[in-house]
Amino acid sequence: MSRPESPVELDARYRLNPSVSLRRERFGALAYHFGNRRLSFLKHPDLVRVVESFDGTCSVRDAFARVGVEERRWPAFVRALGTLRASEMLDVA
Amino acid sequence: MSPEPTVASTAPQPTAQPPTASRSLVDEFRLGLEAPICLTWELTYACNLSCVHCLSSSGRRDPRELTTEECFAVIDELERLQVFYVNVGGGEPMLRPDFFDLLEYAVDHHVGVKFSTNGTHLDAERAKRLAAMDYLDVQISIDGADASVNDAVRGEGSFAAARRAMDHLAEAGFGPFKISLVVTRHNVGQLDEFKAIADSYGAQLRVTRLRPSGRGADSWHELHPTQAQQRDLYHWLLDRPDVLTGDSFFHLSALGDPLPGLNLCGAGRVVCLIDPVGDVYACPFVIHDEFLAGNVRDPGGFTEVWRGSELFRSLREPDNPGACASCGSYDACQGGCMASKFFVGLDLSDPDPECVKGAAEPLLAAVGRTIPTPSVDRSRPGVPVPSPVRLRPRSVTRDQGPNPDLAAQNGSRARRSGRP
Repeated sequence: MSRPESPVELDARYRLNPSVSLRRERFGALAYHFGNRRLSFLKHPDLVRVVESFDGTCSVRDAFARVGVEERRWPAFVRALGTLRASEMLDVA
Repeated sequence: MSPEPTVASTAPQPTAQPPTASRSLVDEFRLGLEAPICLTWELTYACNLSCVHCLSSSGRRDPRELTTEECFAVIDELERLQVFYVNVGGGEPMLRPDFFDLLEYAVDHHVGVKFSTNGTHLDAERAKRLAAMDYLDVQISIDGADASVNDAVRGEGSFAAARRAMDHLAEAGFGPFKISLVVTRHNVGQLDEFKAIADSYGAQLRVTRLRPSGRGADSWHELHPTQAQQRDLYHWLLDRPDVLTGDSFFHLSALGDPLPGLNLCGAGRVVCLIDPVGDVYACPFVIHDEFLAGNVRDPGGFTEVWRGSELFRSLREPDNPGACASCGSYDACQGGCMASKFFVGLDLSDPDPECVKGAAEPLLAAVGRTIPTPSVDRSRPGVPVPSPVRLRPRSVTRDQGPNPDLAAQNGSRARRSGRP
C-alpha cells in the first residue's frame, strides 16, 4: 500500500535527531526524544539497523540495501520511517 | 516477533504518555525489557505533609537514606542502562538538601527527570532555577480543585501552597508544567474544574488512580470512586486524550474502548520503584516485603536486581487469569492492578477490587480476608493524618486538635510497622 503523501522519500537522506537515543531491545528498540519527550518503539531489528545506518550520506534506498531489506518490505519500512519523521525523530540530512 | 517493522509512538507532546501499543508489543513488554522504560525513584521518606492516601506512608526521613554519592552511582547506572527518564518523588523530594545537585547530575548524564512535589518549597528563586534546566518536568500535586476538598486529604494549607508553587513556575516562565491529582470519591465531580485550573496556567492535567497502598490502606474504602463515578471518569477521560493518566486506569478499559496507554501492569516488566533507602520494588504502589526485589547497594547494583531478581523473573511469567478467566473483558483490563488487589487482601488472581463488572464485590464483602500489614511505615508518630472524616467540618479540627481516634490508629500502625 503506497502512501504518496509520506514524508519519507527513498532517495532522500535522513539522520537521527541529535536529541534522540535508541536503546536496543529483543523486539527492536526504544527511541526516546529528549526534546519533545516522545517515546517510540521500533518493532523490528531490521528497522533499527536501517535507522542506525542513516549517517547523513546514504539514502533510504542505500540503507535498505545495506541492511538487506527486500523490495516487497519497503512500503512497510517507509511507513514506519514516516512515523518516526512525524514524531521528529528523523531529520533531513 | 512482529512481522512488520512498525513504529508505535506516543500521544502528543510535550509529555510522553505511554503509547497505545499493538498486542504483539504488549506481549514483548510482558516478558520484561533489558531495562525499565522509566522508573519511579522516591528520594526521601521525609515529608512536610501527611496525606491520607500516601502510597509510601511518608513523614520521617529514614536514616539509611541513600547518600548523594550513592545517588550519583545509581544515576550512572541508569545512564548505562539507557533509562531515559525517572519519575522522582518521595516523600517530598525538595526536602533533600542535595535535591538540585541530584537533578543536575541526572540531567547532565542523559537521565531526564520528572519530579512530583507538593509545592511547599517551590519558591520564586527555585522556580527560576528549575526553569533554566533542560530535560526536566515538574508536577504539582493537588487532590481537590479547591482548598476544602484538597485540604481534607492533603492537610490544611496545602492547596494554597500548591497554588503558590504554580504561580511561581508560571512567573518564572517554566513552560507547561503538570498538575497531578489522585481521583477520589470527593474530587471526581471536580474534574472540569481541575482542567480549568490547568488550562489557566497552560499546564497539563494528569489524573491517576487511588490505590489502597501505604496510608491509602486506611482511607481507600472511604475515598475510592463509586462504580457510577468510575463510569463517568472513563467517559471523561475518553473525551480528553490530552489528559495524562500514567496508564493508571486500565481496569476501566473493560467498559468499552481502551483508554490510551499500554493497558497492562508494567510492574517488574517495564517499570519499578527505587525507594529512598535503595530498595527496589516491582512498582510504586507495592512498597511491601512481598514485592521487594533487592537493593541498589547489593552486589551488581540496580542492573542485577532488574535482570536477575527472582521476583521480577516471576512477574515476567505468563499471567494466571484466575477468577477472571471466564470474563469476556479480561483482554481489555488484564485483571486490573496487582497492588490494589494485594492491599485489600485479595489474591493476585482475583478480580481488581474496583472491577467495573463488580466481580470483586462479593470477595470484598466476605469475612475472613487477611489484610496485609505494612512492612514499613514512616508516618510521623503522633501526627494524625488529615482524614476526610475528621475534617468534614473543618473548624472542628482546629478546635479539637488531634483526633484521639486517629492517634490511636496511628499508634496501632506503628506497632505493626516492624519488619516481620
